[in-house]
Amino acid sequence: MKKKRQSEKVKIRKAPFVAIFIFLVLGAVGITLGEPSRVLEQATQICLACIGIG
Amino acid sequence: MEFVRKWVQALFFLITNGYWNFPVTRGIYQGPLKVICSPGLNCYSCPAATSYCPLGALQQLMGGIRLALENGQIYVGFYVIGAMGAIGSFVGRMICGWACPFGLFQELLHKIPSPKYGIWRPLRFIKYGLLLFMVILLPLFAVDAFGFGQTWFCKYICPAGTLEAGLPLIIMQPALRESLGLLFLNKLIILLFFMAWAVMASRPFCRTACPLGAFYALFSKIKMVKLRLDAQKCTNCEACHPVCPMGVHFNESPDDMECITCLACSKACKVGAISLEIGGVPLGNQVSYRPKKAQLEP
Repeated sequence: MKKKRQSEKVKIRKAPFVAIFIFLVLGAVGITLGEPSRVLEQATQICLACIGIG
Repeated sequence: MEFVRKWVQALFFLITNGYWNFPVTRGIYQGPLKVICSPGLNCYSCPAATSYCPLGALQQLMGGIRLALENGQIYVGFYVIGAMGAIGSFVGRMICGWACPFGLFQELLHKIPSPKYGIWRPLRFIKYGLLLFMVILLPLFAVDAFGFGQTWFCKYICPAGTLEAGLPLIIMQPALRESLGLLFLNKLIILLFFMAWAVMASRPFCRTACPLGAFYALFSKIKMVKLRLDAQKCTNCEACHPVCPMGVHFNESPDDMECITCLACSKACKVGAISLEIGGVPLGNQVSYRPKKAQLEP
């Protein structure tokens, strides 16, 4: 009875798991499309215009 | 817990800015780690940065969508949005309180003795406008003759970029000083404005102008790690009001989009009504609350 009450109190929220899964899938799609190489290419260059110089 | 949080903030600062060879190279880190998303606002043109800034990368991808599609490359930001969304769904704005270098910088500034003021709450909506227009719509639609959009937020506003990238690069590369103009002056004024404001008010940039915080705030209701209020224990004593660095009244809005899960309210709550939960599972109260004998007696 006590165990049952405890399990009633703790209700696992599914929404965060679903959201994390969706975004991980989205990220995986980005990886298959080759986006990380584009991100790496941008992030390894100094973008002077982006920081207000030039 | 505040002590632990400060150490975690310092740790994240060092992890995301771990390239200490920059005084020798006089450039930025160009290794493979830069394919990893920095959870907080941390300019990737910062000489010490070891990861990419999600806001900068998102704007770059938005600005380059047309050119990429014309070249047959489907670079539409799935990778960056996926990383940002996964972080947001997991901890949301807890990143602001625990892992953002610019958040830490503002907290340190706020320790400078001075008169302290609050921030008018409606100003918080500005950051959602900045996220929508300067991070997404303008880079996407305001394109030049070649079909390339600008990084509007980074270029015209981001004070973190000025502090972490602009100023160090000007110091390290004297040739860049000749290129300085009104644009940099504008950014320098914005940085100084937020620095002065941070001395007098708690986390003004996070609360009013950070698009990354605005993005993470969208997950406040569904994020996995969040604070929960035990309404039966809460006495509405409002002890959680003055301690919140974001101006949240936790007993009135437990899922507030401004909450950065810094746990200050949990520590201040004398009846143990505020606790941390992961996916619905409570982790127990953050304060070792033990009711006094007088409270136990009928």
